[in-house]
Amino acid sequence: MTKTMERRGMTRRELLTRSAAVTAALMIGPNLVAGVSGAWAMEVSHVSPQTMATLIQMARDIYPHDHVADDYYAVAVKSYDNADQAAMIEEGIASLNSAAQGLGHGSYLDTGWERDRVDILRAMEASPFFQTIRGGLVTSLYNQKAVWPLFGYEGESYSKGGYIDRGFDDINWI
Amino acid sequence: MAAPFDLNDDTVVVVIGTGAGGGVLSNELAQKGVSVVALEAGGRYLPDDYINDEWESFGQLAWLDKRTTSGDWRVAKDFSGLPAWIVKAVGGTTTHWAGASLRFQAHEFKTKTTYGDVQGANLLDWPIDLAEMEPWYEKAETKLGVTRTGDRAGLPGNNNYKVFEAGAKALGYEQVHTGRMAINSGDYDDRLACQQTGFCFQGCKWGAKWSAAYTDIPRGEATGNLEVREHAHVLKIEHDASGKVTGVLYADKDGNQHLQKARVVCVAGNSIESPRLLLNSASAMFPDGLANSSGQVGRNYMRHMTGSVYAVFDKPVRMWRGTTMAGIVQDEAKYDPSRGFVGGYELETLALGLPFMAAFLDPGGWGREFTTALDSYENMAGLWIVGEDMPQETNRITLNHDAKDQYGLPAPNVHFDDHPNDIAMRKHAYERGMALYDAVGATRTFPTPPYPSTHNLGTNRMSEKARDGVVNRWGQTHDVANLFVSDGSQFTTGAAENPTLTIVALAIRQADRIASELSKGNL
Repeated sequence: MTKTMERRGMTRRELLTRSAAVTAALMIGPNLVAGVSGAWAMEVSHVSPQTMATLIQMARDIYPHDHVADDYYAVAVKSYDNADQAAMIEEGIASLNSAAQGLGHGSYLDTGWERDRVDILRAMEASPFFQTIRGGLVTSLYNQKAVWPLFGYEGESYSKGGYIDRGFDDINWI
Repeated sequence: MAAPFDLNDDTVVVVIGTGAGGGVLSNELAQKGVSVVALEAGGRYLPDDYINDEWESFGQLAWLDKRTTSGDWRVAKDFSGLPAWIVKAVGGTTTHWAGASLRFQAHEFKTKTTYGDVQGANLLDWPIDLAEMEPWYEKAETKLGVTRTGDRAGLPGNNNYKVFEAGAKALGYEQVHTGRMAINSGDYDDRLACQQTGFCFQGCKWGAKWSAAYTDIPRGEATGNLEVREHAHVLKIEHDASGKVTGVLYADKDGNQHLQKARVVCVAGNSIESPRLLLNSASAMFPDGLANSSGQVGRNYMRHMTGSVYAVFDKPVRMWRGTTMAGIVQDEAKYDPSRGFVGGYELETLALGLPFMAAFLDPGGWGREFTTALDSYENMAGLWIVGEDMPQETNRITLNHDAKDQYGLPAPNVHFDDHPNDIAMRKHAYERGMALYDAVGATRTFPTPPYPSTHNLGTNRMSEKARDGVVNRWGQTHDVANLFVSDGSQFTTGAAENPTLTIVALAIRQADRIASELSKGNL
């Protein structure tokens, strides 16, 4: 968990009790979004929790990695919860929801299949909102050091003496 | 340490830029007893300062001043404000370069003669040839400690190389090895052997890779004849009524402007800034910019035909471990128009860390087609394509009067359209690169588009006749006797090879010429 996230130490039951809505994997409370596992929670102060939850789902739908848990996506978009960008985010998420409703879904989060959500995103791919979120994720998701081991990437190596004695040529199948 | 020179000392040679061209030239002149003031726009970073982190290092070293782009090249769409990936620091892009050090082939100095007329291409023979350059190449290889030259051994192959080599040999390629690299395979010239750390592009923390930052620059300073002024960004070159240059105006770290007088000025700011500076130095006497009577300043911008191929396998490769670019196939570098294009290309191993792979594998890409590729990052191998692109008059650096830099000067616009020859060569190279990995069991391959340009060439090109180019066989401008160009912008054509060795060889040769002409009183 990174410093931008809070460990709340709440039980899953406590979180569920406090949450007004539960999506597939996210719980949404009066001022927070949390993982259903109770392992993480994020307070929001400028955008609504519903909006933040939708943004987290949008981030996953743009760069879906099934072995990367929601909290990394939450970290990747948390910085949009600020006074300057809140209106842009609320407006963008509203357009996502209205696109979903136009296809007969209750909201973007209520759109059950990833392919249907991706269709909604494809249709708005050229919009500044989509491009801002996608472009930001390239660094805010993949430049999280905590994410790297999930992809096998080892990061900094100088302090360990490089790989000269640590497998720079250890491939054994070629 | 270097004695500082007075701003009014008009006996000094002023060198603008401290990379492969300017850094080497400054040291070589200082070794010969010539007084040099080198003006470097960036700060000084040494191995202890380099960072094994792609984005953090990029923020530390990259040239990020305002630039704009136009043309049909994909970089203009993907990275519109970042046409080039080069360095603003003492030592210039020799901190970032991969170390590949290849001599040009003989015919690549004579492309007009060899290739004939290629429609839309502004081909021209260099006024020099390989035979003349060979002794300078040898000096450059000795300076840089290039592996597989002299008695220096090759580097060991890393995981990425082993996959590459097996694929290349399966295709029948014969010129396959771990490259001629300015990265020590054993201790050399007071620098350590390569520790296979990766992060060659982020500055070598061991100093195993040659960089002017910790070789030529401090050695030049140690003579007492070289003063390097950091954070000194040159704005304009001044001249007198006779048309000779007299000094340069630069801004210091605080934005205060100073005029350094000079006997000779050498421009080595890389192929975007060097022509931009000449254009920004326009005057009543030179209304189209300094040294631009030919109209060729800024034109014939070349950036090599590039691209990458990444491939995913069913087992781990861990390509990021070890030297980033120690692997090459040279079989396709030959001249063989039966392939449907003139010029040739090299295939060289290349690895990116996860953060840069996400940014560069398929810029703008998203969804599962993109993310399943990154899911297999650990099983990925990669290579880079570097081939000769065609000089075109319309590919050029111009002043963008609608975009200003931090000093209020017009920013450079970089316009580039791919030539049909570039497109045909890239298609061929993608096919061969993908076949190379398919031959050893790749489950998926990715023809990855070009990154922002690291090889920026040709915008002050060398020509026999003054009407065809900007500088003569010595890099001396045709129009202004005491004004030289000392970087890759001199290149008449780009060749298939990574350019740094040739830039260094030309700088050593130019230093010899300038010192000789100074001693004869000709400058």
